[in-house]
Amino acid sequence: MIILVIYLSIFSISCLGNRMYEIRFHGRGGQGAVTASKILATAAFKEGKWVTSFPFYGTERRGAPVAAFTRIDNNKVELRTQIYNPDSVILLDKSLMNIINVTDGLKENGLILINSKKNDVLSHPELKKFKVAVVDATSIAVRNKLGDPAHPIVNTAILGAYAKVSGIVKLESIIDATKELSPSKINENINAVKEAYEEVEVI
Amino acid sequence: MRAINKNWSIMTGNEAVALATKLAGVKFVSAYPITPQTAIVEKIAEMVANEKMDAKFIEVESEHSAMASVMGSELAGVRSFTASSSHGILYMHEMLNWVAGMRLPILMAVVNRSIGPPWNIWADHSDTMTQRDTGWMQLYGESNQEAMDTIILGYKLAENKDILLPIMVMQDAFTLSHTSEPVEIRDEEKVREFVGEFNLPFKIDINKPMGYGSLMPPDGPFMELKMDMKKSMYSGVNKFIEITKEFNETFDANFPGPVEGFMMDDADYALITLGSISSTAKHVVRNLRNQGKKVGLLRILLYRPFPKDLVINYLRGLKGFGVVDRSSTYGPFGSLYMDVISSIYGKLDIPAANFIAGLGGRDVRVVDFEEMFMRIMEGEDGEIWINAGVK
Repeated sequence: MIILVIYLSIFSISCLGNRMYEIRFHGRGGQGAVTASKILATAAFKEGKWVTSFPFYGTERRGAPVAAFTRIDNNKVELRTQIYNPDSVILLDKSLMNIINVTDGLKENGLILINSKKNDVLSHPELKKFKVAVVDATSIAVRNKLGDPAHPIVNTAILGAYAKVSGIVKLESIIDATKELSPSKINENINAVKEAYEEVEVI
Repeated sequence: MRAINKNWSIMTGNEAVALATKLAGVKFVSAYPITPQTAIVEKIAEMVANEKMDAKFIEVESEHSAMASVMGSELAGVRSFTASSSHGILYMHEMLNWVAGMRLPILMAVVNRSIGPPWNIWADHSDTMTQRDTGWMQLYGESNQEAMDTIILGYKLAENKDILLPIMVMQDAFTLSHTSEPVEIRDEEKVREFVGEFNLPFKIDINKPMGYGSLMPPDGPFMELKMDMKKSMYSGVNKFIEITKEFNETFDANFPGPVEGFMMDDADYALITLGSISSTAKHVVRNLRNQGKKVGLLRILLYRPFPKDLVINYLRGLKGFGVVDRSSTYGPFGSLYMDVISSIYGKLDIPAANFIAGLGGRDVRVVDFEEMFMRIMEGEDGEIWINAGVK
């Protein structure tokens, strides 16, 4: 475990290089996409990176599709445009794949992390061009009593998974940022982060 | 890499403004919520309710009343603050003139949003551009750090006894107001010392009753008072430079002052911008410099009073420039363009284009700035709308 963490932290430095890293979150109002983008930014910030995090500038309603964004860079982030070609897409709700083009603009060989059981996404041929990872964040959230079973809050779980498969940010930093930004159920959120970190699978 | 010995926090522009009012020792706040300013009001109300901010907060039924109530509190000698956006700013138009004419150094944070119809909640400077002649000073910030710092600097400037004018402190809707980024929180004790005590020389005193705002006939000092207001406002340019220097020494900061020249020293071509799009413009300037193109950016932070001498100095020697207006006004050209051109009239003869960009929150992208630079390098002038029209 310790060796893995060291490996990942070295990997994360080499992976970011001198290039800015852009992440797009898709979810539905109430799932915590906007908070997820802020937790990720805060985690990277704790590692000395410069960051910005912002929601898609619209009006938010529970259940409606929402998007949020994070930029991570070794230098101060100057770009204030929308993100057109993300390095990663994080999908908090797989049903959005039937409504919007979730991989729109995603860089070739970019990472898409999906809240899903493995078999549920294999039928989507458009994912073939990308690195795909899945984690059942919904079950993890329900298990940890985050939100209610009908409306689980999956944001912290998906970030635990992202720490592992992206190599951009350390698990410890996600845990620290989760502690700082969770309005309640801090231990449950941290457990969700850790469980997703263990359970995520690259397919 | 970032300096890690500083007191950084990740916050939105709205949060930065709210926190700055606490740091600056604001004692009275009255505001009416409107998207995208609402979070400022909510945060202040929360700090006051939790006794983290020692101030009185009152809810009112409209922006007109919000401005009227801060006018009352300020006249009683209490440091006051309000915040608004868009149609809220228009609704207080009459009171804006009153506050400035009565020489009350109130600060108002404005989250710049378009004016409808069509209905739209996104970034656009039309709300404050239409109020540029009300006698308020105007500061347009580029980052959340500036959202915090302009409040602190603003109170010191506004309350200076030679100035005594209100200030609008601007940030762009969503691109700053709802974007979280690192902000260095200024030390509260140092801020209080920097801003100083507020002493309004003509405040209401129940032991010494006075009338305010009475009728002024044509032979009365009406014209002289207007003349003094303009003189005071324009003395604000140098005062702002002085205050900026003191601010940077006190807080080990890097606040630019009235204007910021970015890679302007040997530039042949430059763009002039206001607000948050300037950051993206700098990114483009850097890229074009790497390709050997001698370009630069001049950012106007202090728009009223318009720092005309500083602008002339920066533009001298250029082969061409462009001015980016993010507002719809109906003069022959955009507002910022007309201010720049009238400032250099008879002094500099340089081709200059007026770009209209980013209305109603339309993204001003890297390719848009590249296009603007290309067009001024080709010697284009006149009014050019960017990324707009039938596609």
